[in-house]
Amino acid sequence: MNVKPLSPVDLALAASLLVLLGLFSWRLQLGLGRQLAIAAARTTVQLLLIGQILRLLFAHVHIGYMLLISMVMLAAAGREVVERQQRSIRGLHGWLIGTGSMFLSSFSVTFLALFVIIGNVPWYTPQYAIPLLGMLLGNTMSGVALGMDRMTETLWQQRQVIEQRLLLGQTAGQAVREIRRQSIRAGMMPIINSMATAGLVSLPGMMTGQILGGSSPLDAVHYQILIMFLICAGTGLGTIVAILGVERKLFDARHRLRLDVLSPVRDS
Amino acid sequence: MLMPTLAINNLRFQNRGPYSFRIEAGECVGLQGDSGAGKSLLLRAIADLDPRTGLMQLGDINADAVAAPVWRRTVGLLPAESGWWLESVGDHFADFDAIDDGMLAAVGLDRSVQTWQISRLSTGEKQRLAIVRLLHNQPHCLLLDEPTASLDQGAVTRVEELLLAYCKTQGAPMLWVSHDPAQLARISEHLFLMVTDGRLIDTGGAHDEC
Repeated sequence: MNVKPLSPVDLALAASLLVLLGLFSWRLQLGLGRQLAIAAARTTVQLLLIGQILRLLFAHVHIGYMLLISMVMLAAAGREVVERQQRSIRGLHGWLIGTGSMFLSSFSVTFLALFVIIGNVPWYTPQYAIPLLGMLLGNTMSGVALGMDRMTETLWQQRQVIEQRLLLGQTAGQAVREIRRQSIRAGMMPIINSMATAGLVSLPGMMTGQILGGSSPLDAVHYQILIMFLICAGTGLGTIVAILGVERKLFDARHRLRLDVLSPVRDS
Repeated sequence: MLMPTLAINNLRFQNRGPYSFRIEAGECVGLQGDSGAGKSLLLRAIADLDPRTGLMQLGDINADAVAAPVWRRTVGLLPAESGWWLESVGDHFADFDAIDDGMLAAVGLDRSVQTWQISRLSTGEKQRLAIVRLLHNQPHCLLLDEPTASLDQGAVTRVEELLLAYCKTQGAPMLWVSHDPAQLARISEHLFLMVTDGRLIDTGGAHDEC
């Protein structure tokens, strides 16, 4: 069974909706026009590009190519996490915390799914590996970015209370216990919410795609359940590792709150 | 309790210092100086809240030889503005029941404050409770950053008495920051003046000037 192909005219029709939205933005002075245009252009170019790359990868299955593309995806996700911080941690460390935690969680969960659960030969069959890794990285990235942003922002705003707690003899870990918990929750809430409403309110994107592509709804549902669990595990692990990393970086060995490791607030 | 002396040697932080001075057990030293001269920064550095170098010794405790939380609990810094993070007053004490009634009475409060909501406290109430909380921790030394700034005259007198009594009975060295020369003359035996570039000048006995 084949999908009905979309012509450039079809896509142009969809794009005209964005132009309409841009007009609203201009009329209401929302200041979103520029961002909207850039994001839409990025989506178009990046997806067309990845389409070509995937076509090539499917034709030439090799673990070297797979490693290369997964590293590119990881580096892009790492950069995005830093970009989404109001006050990111200065220098390489800020990038490393986000990227490292995504690597640990997304890659190990993807590997587990491919090797143990799906069990293709070879396990890195691109048709499975790339979409899986992409979905995991994308969701983990959101969780890590949300959690880290919440953590650094709250530490900044509550520095007086945190230092008061330190002054009374609490350790850094005790002084940030609530903030740590809130930040991890903030990172995990989106995926927990979407698991809770999956099927009731929204049909998840991957499942929709599979059904559009002609799979039986039951097969699609099974895959979607698998993906939800993987994403939840990946996001949770990634967020926890990232938050612990931020905590380590924002306190030194003498339990001092080191807000000087944060870069100044960025204009958004 | 061992009578401790607070000894600061070549304390440097940011681009300030070196500071070297001693406060004997049971001695109250007043610290005055213009706003922004860095008095609070000095107290923070002694409590090891900011990166610093130099030797700090309280009695036989060396700041670098113990974990930072232990050092901070021992030196007892009262910040100019106190921090509260839980719902009720009592939640901020490890064991509210162990607090001496006399200490609460000395700051004009009673046992019922345990259930008071933090959001409804006035600035002065917060300040008096912060002092109770600090003393309840039994620090061996007191670093006080304008402890009576938000209090009315009656409360000022009671708080001065309470803190001085702690200093004398426990033999705790005390460093008291204030903008009020009359207060420093009342409470301190010795005066330091911090000038705008951060230098610390030992101006000797407090009573000589006033």
